[in-house]
Amino acid sequence: MTDSKTAARPRHAELGLSDDDVLAMYERMLLARAVDERMWLMQRAGKIAFIISGQGHEGAQVATAWPMRRGHDWMAPYYRSIASAITFGMSAEDIITAHLAKGDDVSSAGRQMPGHYGGAPYNIVSVSSPVGTQVLHAVGIALGAWVRGDDVVTITSFGEGTANQGEIHEAMNFAGVHKLPVIFVCENNGYAISVPLDRQVGGGSVAARAQGYGFPGVTVDGGDVLSCYAAAREAHERARRGEGPTLIEAQVVRLTSHSSDDDQRRYRDPAEVETLKEHDPIPLFGNELRNAGTLTDAIDERLRADVKTQINEASVRAEARVEPDVATAALHVYGPEAD
Amino acid sequence: MAELSILEAIRSAMDDEMERDPNVIVLGEDVGRKGGVFGATEGLWAKYGDKRVLDTPLTEAMIAGAAAGAAIYGLRPIAEMQFADFVYPAFNQIVSEISRMRYRSNGTFNLPMVIRMPYGGGVHGALYHSQSNETYFTSTVGLKVVAPGTPADAKGLLTAAIRDSDPVLFFEHKKTYRLFKAEVPDGDHVVPIGRAEVARQGRDLSIFCYGYMRTCALEAAETLAAEDGVEAEVVDLRTLRPLDVAAVLGSVEKTGKALVVHEANRFGGFGAEVAATIAEGAFEHLDGPVTRLAGPEVPAVPFHHSLEEWFMVSPAKIVEAARKLAAY
Repeated sequence: MTDSKTAARPRHAELGLSDDDVLAMYERMLLARAVDERMWLMQRAGKIAFIISGQGHEGAQVATAWPMRRGHDWMAPYYRSIASAITFGMSAEDIITAHLAKGDDVSSAGRQMPGHYGGAPYNIVSVSSPVGTQVLHAVGIALGAWVRGDDVVTITSFGEGTANQGEIHEAMNFAGVHKLPVIFVCENNGYAISVPLDRQVGGGSVAARAQGYGFPGVTVDGGDVLSCYAAAREAHERARRGEGPTLIEAQVVRLTSHSSDDDQRRYRDPAEVETLKEHDPIPLFGNELRNAGTLTDAIDERLRADVKTQINEASVRAEARVEPDVATAALHVYGPEAD
Repeated sequence: MAELSILEAIRSAMDDEMERDPNVIVLGEDVGRKGGVFGATEGLWAKYGDKRVLDTPLTEAMIAGAAAGAAIYGLRPIAEMQFADFVYPAFNQIVSEISRMRYRSNGTFNLPMVIRMPYGGGVHGALYHSQSNETYFTSTVGLKVVAPGTPADAKGLLTAAIRDSDPVLFFEHKKTYRLFKAEVPDGDHVVPIGRAEVARQGRDLSIFCYGYMRTCALEAAETLAAEDGVEAEVVDLRTLRPLDVAAVLGSVEKTGKALVVHEANRFGGFGAEVAATIAEGAFEHLDGPVTRLAGPEVPAVPFHHSLEEWFMVSPAKIVEAARKLAAY
C-alpha cells in the first residue's frame, strides 16, 4: 500500500515542486518557444535582421534558472538563453524589443545585434559575441559575493563548442580554487554551428572536465526538465553552503539551424534532423505532467492561448516603441570621472 | 610631504584606497604573500587578508575577466598583470568586454576597475619583459590609459584611476620604479586623469613624453640649454587617453616645434596620434616638421646590453633629435 502510494507520487512533488510550480515552468517554456517562433516570423517578414534560436534548449534553461532568486542572484547568459532570461525576469516584450533594436530597449537601446540581451534591472549581464567571455564575468561576480560574504549565487551558460575556449578553463579553475558560488551550465546541443561534438570535445564529455577542477560535473538529459531542475537545485544549494561550483552539462537538441543565416541541411543528415523532435522538451515535459495528472487538455489549451495573447500583445507593444535617436549614439562611452 | 619612489607611491595609493573603501581589492600573480615580483603590493596581503589581496593562478584572461565581473558586482578591483608583455591572453577581455561594457549596455553596466602593468625596457628584460605596448590600448575606445613619470603623479593618478567609474589601464615603467625619490603630497592626493603637465618651461621647441621618457627628456633639455642655448619645453602627457589636446596645442603654439618621444615602436605608435593632433590643430604655428623619436622597428627589445642600448631611447638620442629640429 505504502509502496504504491509512493510510486504514485509525481516526480515533481518528490522534488518539492508544487503543481503550480511545474505548470509555471511549463508556461515559461511555452512562452520562450513562442517568443522564439514569433521572432523567426518577424525575421522572415524583414522586421528583425537576424535570429539565433534557443528552440530545444527551453527545458534545460527554465529548469536551471528556476532555483535562482530573481533580483538577488546573478546570471551571465549567452546568445541562446531566451528561456533562461525569461525565467530570470526579462519579459517577452524585453526580448522582442531588443531584437527590434528599439531606442528604449533595456538591453542596449538598439546598440547590440539580436541575441545580445541583458539587463541591469534583472541582474543579467549584457551578452556579447566572443563566446565564453561571460563565464569569466560570472566567476568575477561570484568572487565579489565571496569577498563580501554575500549569499548570492551566479549562473552562467554556454554551448559545448564554447566549452573549449581557454577562458572557460581559466574560469573553472579559479572557481574551483576558491570554491566560488557559481553554476556553470553547458547546453550541449551536439553542434558548434556545423561542427559536431566529436570534432569539438576531446573525450566527448564536458561534465567530466569538472573532476579536474575539483568540483562535481553532472550530465543531465535536457529533455528531462525535472532532472535538470534537480541538478540545478543541488548546485544552487551547494553554492549557498559554500561548497563551491557545479558544472551541469545538459544534453539538448538544436531544433533550428544555428541562426537565420545558417542552413543546417548542408551539414546534418535529414534523418537525424527528423529525430530531433523526439527530444523536444516541451511535449516531453507536457506528457510527463499529463501522466502525473497535473496537466489536462483544458489547462494546456488555456496556457497556450494565454501565451499567444502575451506574444501578440508584446509584439505590438515592442513594434510601437521608439527607434533609437541618432543623437544618443555617442553617449555612454565614458561615465562621470568618479562615482 | 614624504619622499617616495614611484614604486612606494603606487603601493601607498593602493594602501590608502583599500583602507578608505572596502570595495577595493587587488588580484594578480604573486601579489599576495610575496607582494608582487616588483614589490608593488608588499604588505597589503598581511594588512587586508586573503579575500582582498588575491594570488591568482597564471591566467591573465581570468585576472581581467574576473575583475570585470567583480566590478559589475560593485567592487573596485585593481588587477595586476605581472608584466605588460603578458597581457595578451587578456586582450579579448579588455578589448571585447571591458572597454565596451558601458557602451553596449547603454550605460547600465560600468566597470570601475584598474589594470596595472609594468612596461618598458632598459632592465635587461629582453623581448618578453620589456615591451611598451600601450598603443594597443590607446587605440581602444572605452579605455583610459595612464602612464605616470613621477612619484607624485603615480600616487595621484592611481588614486584617480581607482576612484574612476571606468576601466583604467595603468602603465608603470619598471625602470622608474626605484630610479629616484621625490616628494609626494601627504593625505588625499588626486591627479585628474586627462591632464598633461609642463614639466619644464621652454621657448624653442616642445618635447612630448610620458613615463620614463619624462626623466630622459628633462635630462636632454638641461644638456640642450647648457650646450646649445636651446630652451626645450618638456610636456609630460601623463594620460594618453583621453589626451590633453589643449596642453599639446598650447605648447606648440608657444614654441612652434614639436618632438614626440616614446619607447614603443614608431610606426602607428602613440606619437603618430600626437603628431596628427598637432598637424590638424596647430598647423599655422609650426616652424618645423613634427618629429617622432621612438623605439626602432624591431619586434621588441633585444637582450644583450649593447643591443638593448641600441634599442632604448636615451637622453643623448633626444638631444640629437632636438638639435636637428631646433636648427630647422
